[in-house]
Amino acid sequence: MEHAVGRPSRSHKAKDLVFRLALLACLTLAVGLLVVLLVDVALDGAGTLDWGFINSFTSITADKAGIQAALWGTIWLMGVCALFIVPVGVATAIYLEEYADPNRWWNRLIELNIQNLAAVPSIVYGILGLAFLVRGPLHLGNVVLAGGLTLGLLVLPMVIIAGREALRAVPPSIREGSMALGATQWQTIWRQVLPAAIPGMATGVILALSRAIGETAPLIVVGAATVIAFNPTGLDSSFTAMPIQIFDWISRASNDINDYRPLAAAGILLLMILLLAMNSVAIWLRNRYEQKW
Amino acid sequence: MEAASTTLGRSGRPEAPSLRAARRRWGESVIKGLLLLAALISLLTTFGIVYALVEETVVFFREVPVHDFLFGTKWSPLFNPPSFGVLPLVAGTFFTTLIGIAVAVPLGLGGAIYLSEYARPRVRKTIKPLLELLAGVPTIVFGYFALTFFTPTILRDFLHLHVGIFNALAAGIIIGFLIIPIVASISEDAMRAVPQSLREGAFGLGASKFQVTLRVVFPAALSGIVASIVLAMSRAVGETMVVLIAGGQQPQWGVNVGQSMETFTAFIGATAKGDAATGSIAYKTIFAVGMTLFLITLVMNLISIRFVRKYRQVYE
Amino acid sequence: MTLPLTVTPSKAEGERASPDKPRQPREPIFHLEDVSVFYGEKAAVRDVSLDIATKEITALIGPSGCGKSTLIRCLNRMNDLIPSARVEGKVRYHDQDLYDPEVDAVEVRKRIGMVFQKPNPFPKSIYDNIAFGPRVLGMKGDLDEIVERALVHAAVWDEVKDRLKMNAFGMSGGQQQRLCIARALAVEPDVILMDEPCSALDPISTGKIEDLMMQLREEYSIVIVTHNMQQAARVSDRTAFFTVNPEDRIGRLVEYDDTETVFTNPSDSRTEAYVTGKVG
Repeated sequence: MEHAVGRPSRSHKAKDLVFRLALLACLTLAVGLLVVLLVDVALDGAGTLDWGFINSFTSITADKAGIQAALWGTIWLMGVCALFIVPVGVATAIYLEEYADPNRWWNRLIELNIQNLAAVPSIVYGILGLAFLVRGPLHLGNVVLAGGLTLGLLVLPMVIIAGREALRAVPPSIREGSMALGATQWQTIWRQVLPAAIPGMATGVILALSRAIGETAPLIVVGAATVIAFNPTGLDSSFTAMPIQIFDWISRASNDINDYRPLAAAGILLLMILLLAMNSVAIWLRNRYEQKW
Repeated sequence: MEAASTTLGRSGRPEAPSLRAARRRWGESVIKGLLLLAALISLLTTFGIVYALVEETVVFFREVPVHDFLFGTKWSPLFNPPSFGVLPLVAGTFFTTLIGIAVAVPLGLGGAIYLSEYARPRVRKTIKPLLELLAGVPTIVFGYFALTFFTPTILRDFLHLHVGIFNALAAGIIIGFLIIPIVASISEDAMRAVPQSLREGAFGLGASKFQVTLRVVFPAALSGIVASIVLAMSRAVGETMVVLIAGGQQPQWGVNVGQSMETFTAFIGATAKGDAATGSIAYKTIFAVGMTLFLITLVMNLISIRFVRKYRQVYE
Repeated sequence: MTLPLTVTPSKAEGERASPDKPRQPREPIFHLEDVSVFYGEKAAVRDVSLDIATKEITALIGPSGCGKSTLIRCLNRMNDLIPSARVEGKVRYHDQDLYDPEVDAVEVRKRIGMVFQKPNPFPKSIYDNIAFGPRVLGMKGDLDEIVERALVHAAVWDEVKDRLKMNAFGMSGGQQQRLCIARALAVEPDVILMDEPCSALDPISTGKIEDLMMQLREEYSIVIVTHNMQQAARVSDRTAFFTVNPEDRIGRLVEYDDTETVFTNPSDSRTEAYVTGKVG
C-alpha cells in the first residue's frame, strides 16, 4: 500500500511519472546501445563469416584472409588457462572457506588481496607476465604457455570468488553430519562438500574463461604475434589469438577501411558466438545440477 | 595400542580401546599445506606485480628526474630527444574517465533505481541478463564499435560534431557504457538491501514514490552506490582497448576531447608490443607508467572495498 | 539378524514402555568433573559434574540457553569445530581423558555418534548415506549387509528396502531422522548422542523414534537433549536438569537423579518449578 494518508497530490503523481520515465529512459539507452552494437557488428561481419574464413590463415589480401591461426591460438590459450585456474582456484577456495580461520590477519590479507586483484587493470597483468614469464626468471619467451598463464592469473580471482560462494552454499549441517560419523576434515570436504559445490565451481570456471577469451591488452604486452600463419604446435610455440588478430585487422582498417573491416567484424562475430556458447553451457550447468537445499 | 579392557564389542573391536590415532594423521596436514600453497599464489601475484613495477620504476627514475616526470607537459619518450612529462597522459586518462563516469553514473544509477524500486519481477528477469551481456562483451568489440560506428555515424554524421577520427570523446562515452553494469549491479544490490520497513514508514507518512526513493532509499544505500562509482572509475582508468583503438595515440596536454588523447593504458599498449628490448628506455617507461596506473587503481579499489564493507555491515 | 528385544512391556494403552526400575548399577561410560565450556571469553555452561551410566538413556533437560546442547557436544568433541570454543575440566570416557592432547577427535567420533536436531541427510542416495561412514572408516565386511543391518536397527528398513537408490531428500522428515540414526549406527558406536532429535518432527514420527530409542538402549548408551519434559519422563532412565542464571546467562547443572525421582520428588525447588510447568 503506497499511501496511508490521503490521496497523492497531482504534482506528486506528475513527478512520479516523469521520474519513472526518466529511469526507464536510462535503462533503454544502455540496452539500446548494446543492441545497436550487436546489430552493427552482425551487419558488418555476417557476409564474411564462413567456413573459408575459419579455415584460412591471415593474409595481406583481405579476400583470402582467415582466422584459423588465431582460433587455434585461442583454443590453446584457453586450455592452458583452464589447466591452471581449476586446481589453483579450487584449492584456494577450499583453503579460504574450509581451513582458514577468518580471525587471523594473514587470512584476511589474502582475502583483501584477492578482492583487489579482481580489479587490477588487465594490462597490468600483461606487464606482470612480461616481467616474470616472458622474460625475467622464467624466460619462457612469447609463447603459448606464457600467454595462457598470464590470462590464468588475470581470471584466477574470479574462479576463487565463485568457488568460495559455491562452497559457502553447502550448509554446515552436512559437514557436521559427516564429521560426527568420524570422517576427517579432508574426507568431509572431498566426499561431501566439494561434490555438492562442483556445479557452482564449474559455472565460475566457464565464466572466467569467457572473460579470458576476449582479453586483448595482456596478450599485446606479453607479445602475441599478429602475423602468424600457423597453428600452435606446442606450449613453446609462438601464437596469436582471436582478439589480437581482430585488433590487427582493425588497426589496418583505419588506413584502408574497406578491406579489413569486414574481417575484423567477422572475427568479432565468431568471438561472440563462442562466448554465447560458453555462457549457455554455464547457464545450463547451473540449472541442471544446482543443488537445492 | 593399549586396551583398557579386552572384552570385545559387536564389531570385534575392544570395548574401550585407546583413543589415540593408530598413526598420526599427517595426510591431513600435508593437504592443508598444499591448499595453503595454492592460496599463496594469489599473494605472490601481487608481490610479483609490485616487485616488477618497482624494480624498473626505480631504474627509470635514476635516469629521469621525478620532477620532470610528474610535472612535465610533453610526453614523447621514444623521440630523440625524449620528453618524459606524464601530464598529457594524466589528462587523457582523466578526461576519458570523466566522460565515462558522466555517462555511466546517470544511466547506471537510473537503471539500478528502476530495477530495484519500480520494475516488476518479470521485467527484472529480462533486463538483468541484458546488463550481464553488456558486461560480458569484450572490450575490443567496444573499441571496434567506437571507431567504426560511433565516431563516424553518431558523432560526425548525426550530431555534426567536428571531431577527429580518434578522439577522447567517443572513447570516453563508450567506456561509459562499458562500465554501466558495474554501477548498476552494485547500486541495485545496495538498494535492494535497504529494509522494506524503511520504505513503508515513509509511505505511511504520505510520501510519494519519488520522494521515498530519493530521500529514503538512496541515502540508505549511499555507501554501496559510492562503492560502485569508485569501482567503475577504477575500471575506466584501467581500460585499454577502447582508448587504444578509438582514443588515439597522440598525447595531448589540453582539454580538446574532440581530438586524440593518449591515456596511460593506451601508451603501454602501443609501446609494449612485446618487442621492446629489456633495459631500453621504452621498456622502463612502460613500467613507470604502469606503476602510476597501478597506484591510482589500487587506491580506488581500496576505497571501493571499504565502502562495500560499510554498506554490507549496516544490514547484516 | 534379530532385533534387540524390548525388555519391558507397556504398562497401559497409550503409554510407552517405561524404563525398568531399578536397573543394576553399571559402570559410568562418561565421567564429567567440573566441566565448563567457553565461547571466547563468555562461559556458556559451568562446573558440570556428573556420570553418565552405560546402556541407559540419560536425558538433559532445561530451558533454552542453559547449555545442554553445548554440553552434549563436548562428549564427542564436536565443539572442536567452533574455533572460539574452549572446554575446561575433565571429560572421561571409559577412563580416558577425551581432551588429552594425544587423543584423536576423529577416533572419538567413531565411537560416539551423534544425531542432530534438524535431520541432515547427505544429498545422496539412501544407500550412500548409510554406506558413507563405513566407507571412510574402512570397515570390513559386506557393505550391503552393513547398510541393511543399520537400516533394520533403525526400524526403517521395511520402508526403504525397495528404494535404496532413491535420493534421501525425497524422504519425509521422520524417515530422514531415522535414516540419520541408521547412518550413525552403521559405524557401530558405543554411544549415541541425540541433540533434540524430535523437535523438528511431527508427533507420530516422534513416537516412532522414542520407541526406537527404547530398543537401542539394549546395546548403546544414549544421551539425549530435549526441551520436551514429557519425552524425558517417558524414555529416560536418568535425567539431568540444567538452568540458566538470568544475571550472567551461564548454564549450570541443578539436579541429576533417576528420572522418576526428578519428576515426582525433586530435591531442588527450581527443578520442581520446571517439571511442574511453573517456569521455562
